[in-house]
Amino acid sequence: MIVLILVATLFVGGAIAWASEALDARMPRVVALLSLLVSAVLLLVFSLNSGPDVGSPGGQWWILASWSWIPRFGIALLVGVDGLSLLLLLLTIFLGLIALGAAWDEIKERVGFFYFNLLWTIAGVVGVFTALDLFLFFFFWEVMLIPMYLIIAIWGHENRAYAAMKFFLYTQVSGLFLLMAILSMSYLHYVQFARFSFDYFDLQNIALVGSLQTWIMLGFFVGFATKLPIFGLHSWLPDAHSQAPTAGSVLLAGVLLKTGAYGLIRFAVPLFPEASDSFSSVAMTIAALGILYCAKVAFAQQDIKRLIAYTSVSHMGFVLLGIYAWNLYGLQGAVMTMLAHGLSSAALFMLAGGLQSRFHTRDMRQLNGLWAKLPMLSAMALFFSVAAVGMPGLGNFIGEFLSLLGAFQSNPVATIFAALGLVLAAVYSLWVIQKVLHGSLQVPNEYSNAADLSLVEILCYALMALGLVWMGMYPQSFLDVSEASLLYLQSLSGGAA
Amino acid sequence: MQNWIGLLPAFPLAGFLLLVLSRGRMTKTVAGIIGAGSVGLSFLLAVMISIEFLNSGAQPFSKTLWMWMQVGGLDTGFTFFLDGLTLVMILIISGVGFLIHLYSTGFMADDPGFARFFSYMNLFVASMLVLVLADNLILLYLGWEGVGLCSYLLIGFWYDNPANGYAARKAFVVTRVGDTSMAIGLFLLFSQLGTLNIQEILLLAPTQWSTGSAVAVAASALLLGGAVGKSAQLPLQTWLPDAMAGPTPISALIHAATMVTAGVYLIARTHILFELAPSVQLIVAFVGLATLLMAGFTALMQRDIKRILAYSTISQIGYMFLALGVGAWSAAVFHLLTHAFFKALLFLAAGTVILSLHHEHDIFKMGAMRRRLPVSFWCFIVGSAALTALPFTSGFYSKDAILLAALDHPSYGMLLWVGGVLGAFMTALYSFRLVFVVFFGKSHYEQRDTQQHDDHGAVVENTSPAMFFPLLILAILSLFGGLISVPVDAVFANGALHEEAHASQFLHALMILIPILGVMISWLLYGSLSYEKAGAHLRKQLLVSPLGGLLNRFWFSGWGMDKLYQTLLVQPFLALAQVNRKDIVDLVFNSLSYVARFANSALVLTQTGNMRWYAISLVAGLVIVIGLGVWR
Repeated sequence: MIVLILVATLFVGGAIAWASEALDARMPRVVALLSLLVSAVLLLVFSLNSGPDVGSPGGQWWILASWSWIPRFGIALLVGVDGLSLLLLLLTIFLGLIALGAAWDEIKERVGFFYFNLLWTIAGVVGVFTALDLFLFFFFWEVMLIPMYLIIAIWGHENRAYAAMKFFLYTQVSGLFLLMAILSMSYLHYVQFARFSFDYFDLQNIALVGSLQTWIMLGFFVGFATKLPIFGLHSWLPDAHSQAPTAGSVLLAGVLLKTGAYGLIRFAVPLFPEASDSFSSVAMTIAALGILYCAKVAFAQQDIKRLIAYTSVSHMGFVLLGIYAWNLYGLQGAVMTMLAHGLSSAALFMLAGGLQSRFHTRDMRQLNGLWAKLPMLSAMALFFSVAAVGMPGLGNFIGEFLSLLGAFQSNPVATIFAALGLVLAAVYSLWVIQKVLHGSLQVPNEYSNAADLSLVEILCYALMALGLVWMGMYPQSFLDVSEASLLYLQSLSGGAA
Repeated sequence: MQNWIGLLPAFPLAGFLLLVLSRGRMTKTVAGIIGAGSVGLSFLLAVMISIEFLNSGAQPFSKTLWMWMQVGGLDTGFTFFLDGLTLVMILIISGVGFLIHLYSTGFMADDPGFARFFSYMNLFVASMLVLVLADNLILLYLGWEGVGLCSYLLIGFWYDNPANGYAARKAFVVTRVGDTSMAIGLFLLFSQLGTLNIQEILLLAPTQWSTGSAVAVAASALLLGGAVGKSAQLPLQTWLPDAMAGPTPISALIHAATMVTAGVYLIARTHILFELAPSVQLIVAFVGLATLLMAGFTALMQRDIKRILAYSTISQIGYMFLALGVGAWSAAVFHLLTHAFFKALLFLAAGTVILSLHHEHDIFKMGAMRRRLPVSFWCFIVGSAALTALPFTSGFYSKDAILLAALDHPSYGMLLWVGGVLGAFMTALYSFRLVFVVFFGKSHYEQRDTQQHDDHGAVVENTSPAMFFPLLILAILSLFGGLISVPVDAVFANGALHEEAHASQFLHALMILIPILGVMISWLLYGSLSYEKAGAHLRKQLLVSPLGGLLNRFWFSGWGMDKLYQTLLVQPFLALAQVNRKDIVDLVFNSLSYVARFANSALVLTQTGNMRWYAISLVAGLVIVIGLGVWR
């Protein structure tokens, strides 16, 4: 029930927000805030008052609910929340609020439609993290794509049309692979059990052998890996991130990327254990390559948002590495990296957005020595850069450390190369700090009277910073939530991969 | 008291938080009280804990503050472990740390970033305490990275100058190379032993690994990688001389007394792993030897007062590595202790000199400061005597122990000993070169900035109590610290300290005399009354000769290591990054769109509207298709 209410709150909230623009241009953001707050409260109440239902399959589902939808094809509104979903839902709603904070003063045109798209994107993500019917899953997968396309295309920066189209094409083409894979699964279920089904639990029973398993697995992999993204399929991301408005970048980096990782953990590996097992060395090699390659490309960027975008790809390499290690350390590491990177990258994009709105440039060559002028903003930038470097005591470290620890057990060579990414992360992060924060003050003249952080900004950064400290100092509260789910997923594949 | 052990790092951490949250609005008095006071509280607590620890039979104990992460077989707490080794370390960190904080309240008094300075310093002390208190390697790694971060922040403290930023980045990145090696070592240890708890590792490793086995070698070599990075040993020593860009108290605390000895601590802490890998342990000894000689020669050529001390630090840590390499664990820790005293003293005294001379660093622009800076002078005399290991100073006892232990090494004893003694000679030469050039001879000091106010222009030594008291204490400790016995024998029970000197009377006497000889030669070259004439002439002769000039340049540049790394690593990376700024993967995908557009424009050409062409292509197509069918 909670899932439907959540999705409905966001869908309806979005519609009302759009309509309310007719009354007053300030209404939509208030409506959006309300509907996100309602969702947040619902989710918090739910997570504090519930726990895994022992009777559910695997014993780890907090809720599992199903309503009939298109019975002829075995399509149902099957949704479930387990620890893994719950953590990601919390992240989604939290970053939704942050994105709202980022948009609060920035978005001035077609306000109603903007908040409509924002809320519908979030609704799509909530759906993706909860749908257990693959048809429904794919539906939400598309729902989160189109509003995000519009956000980039309408409210983006100078090169938005190109970026939005690129984002759309990549996601759409890779989505096609995903769709084909899903349909083949359903068809195979028909062949083997004489009825169509998109049910996650039904599909686990399909007997898949040999190359067929590999091909279908690859379909899922391409769909999810483009979203993550992995090295090689990443080139949509720097454009999309750098052209999107701040709120869009926050959601893209913080949440949308994680849907790819979620898909891999939930579907791509457990449904195709043998194929994933033999594929794991390829995936881990790609992961290590991506970590190093994108860190190097990040270092060369002059556009600060592009730089952060490339570091995102680099960090997602640790997620990929952890997932394909497929032991509890690696998986927990992947989940922690998702959560921590969600906060740190969102904060960094918001900081970059803050610089853009203050100085109307993202070019690091024009921004220098801001510490003297904007001490609070600079201190925040320092904090989140340090988090991104993987400083122990903050969440990112826990994620990366566990990922590497797990990965080392299955593929030491790839892990050693991936670990070198820790050095490169220091290289590019410190370079940004040096360029933008340190040195002598230099900003475009016409904007030299920019103000330091506003109250909304302080609130957003403080919350994200506290979150990272919490994850770094007491990660157990997160690890406990996801553990049962991850053990269940591992059991599906017989521990292989 | 032992239950309060968690407060040790908590005091400075609280100080850090208070100072950060005040956002520079605190008065300097309050900031100074919080900054220095929090470390003072830690020191008091450390003393009380020590008294209780030593009175209760020196039983190691551990205390879990909270569960950190528990994943599968990985069971890690915020757990502190205290034994004799840790005890020595926490006393050094909080004690010397407090003195340096106190000194800084005077030294930094005019700096606009006063509160920021103390916040970073407090965070450093907290991290360093966590590093030595950690009962598991992940928590140790937390402290390890934390001190690295603070070191970075403090080297680049005066951020206006990009050169400082460069030095700071260099320090962080170079040490991170070592840190990454250490992290990989952690992964290896965990995958082999299933735990990262240090005591469990030390118990398990000897039962599962045979001496000299590949795993033991790999694990200890990876840990050694971390240690050489942090402790600025070959081949990762290049960052430390540049780290002198930070305010001088930082150099005293972080880059001399505490952080840079973390590598020594790490190896001592995990000494059983190194005993299981004799080849790696031998490498430790030779790394130490090579480093102490290299840094000794380099120090002799430097002109910058802080760089001389920096190379001297590298060299002295080389002695500690030498001690670790020959299994003289206690001697290494002992030298760590005495070095913390006299090197902190030297740096703080250098700070006073620099402050009094308006940030002049070049020793050849000083001279004859004996009367004008009496306090600094006497501190330098005491500190240099201890550094040179003149008899009955603290450095004498610790260096003596190291050299005797080196001589006892079964296969390379003589070689290590001769190298170590040669290093001691160099130490005497460069330390007293500094003393003689700065404090004797003629004054070469000129006011660089003549526009300053008169009261700023004169050479006035700052002897405020906040700065004088730490110098006094450190001077006393440098003289008499050798009488302290470090309570670490129980920690290294199986690797006993050098029990009795096997050195002959002759060798022992030689060891004592050679530093004194060094001081005398130094006097001839730099200190004698004829220094301005004969000494200068002699030095010129040495420098003008082709070999002398070459060596001068070579040694001055720190043996060209910077240049080497620049050419081999930095330049290629920059070039590669530059070339691929646009991301070649993106170009590959974009080429798809070019292909599509090209195909489009090519096909557009066929749309001529000319009926005959259409008919011909229809017929041609038909013929080809039929032809293909027939062919088959």
